[in-house]
Amino acid sequence: MLSLHLSALQVVIPLLAAPLCAIIRIPGVTWLIALAVGIASSINSIAILLHINRFGEIVYSLGGWAAPFGIEYRIDSANALILLIISFIYLLGIIYAPASIKTEVPEKSQGWLYTAWILCFTGLSGITISGDVFNVFVFLEVSSLSTYILISFGQDKRCLTAAFRYLVMGTIAATFYLVGIGFLYSLTGTLNMADLAQRLPDLISQNTVAVAFGFVIVGLAIKMALFPFHAWLPNAYAYAPNAVTAFLAGTATKAAVYVFIRLTFEVFPEDYFSGFTSSHHIILAVGIFSAVITSAIAIFQDDLKRLFAWSSIGQIGYIAVGVGLASTAGVAASFLHLFNHSIMKTAIFMAIGGLFFVTGSTTTAALKNAGRRMPWTMAAILIGGLSLIGVPFTTGFISKWYLVSASLEQNFWWLAGLILLGSLVTAAYVWKIVEIAYFRKDPNVKVVRQEAPLSLLIPTWILVVANIYFGVDARFSGSMATQAANTILGVSP
Amino acid sequence: MMSASTIQLYCLVAPIVAVVLIVTVGRVFPILYETINASVAVITFLLTLSLYSALGEGTIESMVLFEPFAGVSIALQAEPLGILFAMMASFLWIITSIYSFGYMRGHGETNLARFNIFFAIAISSAMGIALAANGFTLFLFYEVLTLSTFPLVTHAGSDKARRAGRIYLFLLLGTSVGMLLLALIWTWILTGTLDFRAGGILDGDISKTTLNILLVLYVFGIGKAALMPFHRWLPAAMVAPTPVSALLHAVAVVKAGVFSILKVSIYIFGIDLLQELEVHRYLAYAAAFTIVATAIIALRKDNLKARLAYSTIGQLSYIVLGALVANAAGIVGGGLHMLMHGFGKITLFFGAGAILVATHKTEISQMRGIGRRMPVTMITFLIGSIVIVGAPPTGGMWSKWNLLLGAANTTDWLLLAALIVGSLLSALYLLPIAVRAFYHSPDDGNETIKEAPVSILIALIISAAGCIILFFAPDFAFDLMNMITSSE
Repeated sequence: MLSLHLSALQVVIPLLAAPLCAIIRIPGVTWLIALAVGIASSINSIAILLHINRFGEIVYSLGGWAAPFGIEYRIDSANALILLIISFIYLLGIIYAPASIKTEVPEKSQGWLYTAWILCFTGLSGITISGDVFNVFVFLEVSSLSTYILISFGQDKRCLTAAFRYLVMGTIAATFYLVGIGFLYSLTGTLNMADLAQRLPDLISQNTVAVAFGFVIVGLAIKMALFPFHAWLPNAYAYAPNAVTAFLAGTATKAAVYVFIRLTFEVFPEDYFSGFTSSHHIILAVGIFSAVITSAIAIFQDDLKRLFAWSSIGQIGYIAVGVGLASTAGVAASFLHLFNHSIMKTAIFMAIGGLFFVTGSTTTAALKNAGRRMPWTMAAILIGGLSLIGVPFTTGFISKWYLVSASLEQNFWWLAGLILLGSLVTAAYVWKIVEIAYFRKDPNVKVVRQEAPLSLLIPTWILVVANIYFGVDARFSGSMATQAANTILGVSP
Repeated sequence: MMSASTIQLYCLVAPIVAVVLIVTVGRVFPILYETINASVAVITFLLTLSLYSALGEGTIESMVLFEPFAGVSIALQAEPLGILFAMMASFLWIITSIYSFGYMRGHGETNLARFNIFFAIAISSAMGIALAANGFTLFLFYEVLTLSTFPLVTHAGSDKARRAGRIYLFLLLGTSVGMLLLALIWTWILTGTLDFRAGGILDGDISKTTLNILLVLYVFGIGKAALMPFHRWLPAAMVAPTPVSALLHAVAVVKAGVFSILKVSIYIFGIDLLQELEVHRYLAYAAAFTIVATAIIALRKDNLKARLAYSTIGQLSYIVLGALVANAAGIVGGGLHMLMHGFGKITLFFGAGAILVATHKTEISQMRGIGRRMPVTMITFLIGSIVIVGAPPTGGMWSKWNLLLGAANTTDWLLLAALIVGSLLSALYLLPIAVRAFYHSPDDGNETIKEAPVSILIALIISAAGCIILFFAPDFAFDLMNMITSSE
């Protein structure tokens, strides 16, 4: 069955392409390889999605070795959605990359950059489709290590400390996660998610399960930059090359969030997260607190990349709120926001890359006159910003709607109020940018139209259009998210 | 023959056609911007008229445009109140376009393309609000209206405009996202629908506390109705050019606010349910307070536009109060006042703009004897003032009369007193302007006639004539409003 091999291809293709790039290292050729990987993976992820919609879950044993011993890939509608996001953001990121990287990375290291990028994509894909917790760890490390490299390609010397900081945090995260699954293995004798889900319910009263649960959750929380484990993210985003930031913003934390949801709701026994340990309250509280606070911190940032990095932490907060609600509606809202946030944030970071291309800077001061100087780039940032606020006809509005209705469903009107309050804080930092770009005029300078090149604008605008399209017609994203939540929470639709 | 259902969509699309024309044809012939808008406005008005006549033949079918996600749709359905609003907005758009031809060019404003484009988008979203079949659609267009008017309010691009824009945006976005959206989603969770239905969709099974909270969220959440303490955006937006003030105060923005409040009272709560809610009375007091307080503030303002802005806030509260007294007369009065105040206030703002263009005067104290120099302007100004006071021979009389009737029906004399005091005060702050303009001689003794450009005068005469025609022929508006109250 060829169709079953689809899932393996998602990891195998980039895994083979990466060493190839490392050997060739000619920038143009490596880029072509990376592009081919992107196209193949995007098509593949669509094929997987269609396959699942028709035939249901895909279970694939790598090399024909059956589950407890071999590596198993297991894809259902939840990870198919994430896979789709990651593949397409990767593809658009690669299309965007050459023009953007040209100004930032010396030509001789560009081959390495693409190598690391492909590896990072391999890791993220692997995390998403793995059906066993140890494999998740392996791919987590693959993606983390390559991300450290990617960040260190930044132009500013401070990218090295940023990468090192992320390395320390990432290693701690991986260790926590590894200790957690070690405990689980010692208890159950298996690392396969489906087997774990079967065996853990009998052991629910054992403290070891609780300890394992704690370790796993903390490990993943660091990877997904959930407050208060977010400290690595602002610098990492701020100093990485622009194209890399755009890619990371749309994908890196998303895979970790997915694993978080998968483990807490499916692998650990039903109600373990919400009933037995009641830890969902903590996630909920942390989520909403960080959504409001980190958005407020974003207001005071003078560097656009750092500003939107803080904004990302806040958006992860919203996603955590949905998870913390521990209901189908809540988890659906989280999945939907994962999807929507990838689109809007990648578009914003791509546009910032365009701004950098023209002005050579990403500080807010570089925005002066940008409204007239580069209308298309600025419009992309503006529309992305409006989406972050949650203005109608953008994806952000749909996300807000899902999240607020999920919280009202449980009569958490105060939570609904806080979520909307968060929107207003978001409006404050978005408006700060708008005012500088459109109102702060320099009377001495004659504004000349000087737009970013098309190779940067086109991928950006594909996402901007997607942002509006999915903000008007959310049937696909909404039903996919609901289906994903139903699958993971084991609710028959 | 187009079906009435599709005409609803054309009402929204027509202004967008104007945008396309401005971008294409207008690029070559910038002189045509206002002409394009005015012609499209005439077409839009004709479309709303055909909706009006279609209504005579029975209910208009709803039209679903999208279903963004399960259970919620973007849909249009024209009902009497919406048609009234749509007719008013599109008609006033015609005269505003004529007016802005003279004003924007006479006053040497720049960036006319941007100005006319966003104006047309604002009208399109006003049509969307007017014809919305459910709360979801209404909210979408409500927000688009806020955002599309922002570049208009900040047209000057100065620091003052930027600050005003900030207040404008944050109060309108803040109230709508923080309260209106919350109320809508809550309603959706409670009832499973957001459709506007005669008799309302919320019913008595829901706890009274929840309903009371919801009503408060709706009334304050619709910040465009400018109920105190969320009124600051309207005086702040004075920095905008006069045609924008007309758009804000008469054509679309504040009218969209009170329209939404009427819509929510009639079709989400239903008048009967509103009656049962304890909080409706307190909200009516808030409106009564706004009426009196703004009238007193208006009295003390020397800047003409500021005085008119506070006057608007007060008059909006008349309509809010009309909705909240929750009886037939109040609703009819509210709907009529939306129309009458629209004509009256647009005349007043046009007058203020005409004075600015012709003499560069903004303060009332400088306007003594100005009637001798600008007789047409000041006579129309007087007519506009009489509408706001609510006296014959203007349409303002009909709406004020019904509002008073509605307040009297509640036998709450405090509300009635507030309405009467509010009207008396409005006579005090508006009439002296026109009277002094004629009875005094100008300070500099110059009495040669110097009116504003012709297109401004044409607009002034049409809108003032409208005020008087509505006194003699208010039947169509009464019919529309009675359709609503009789179906209750």
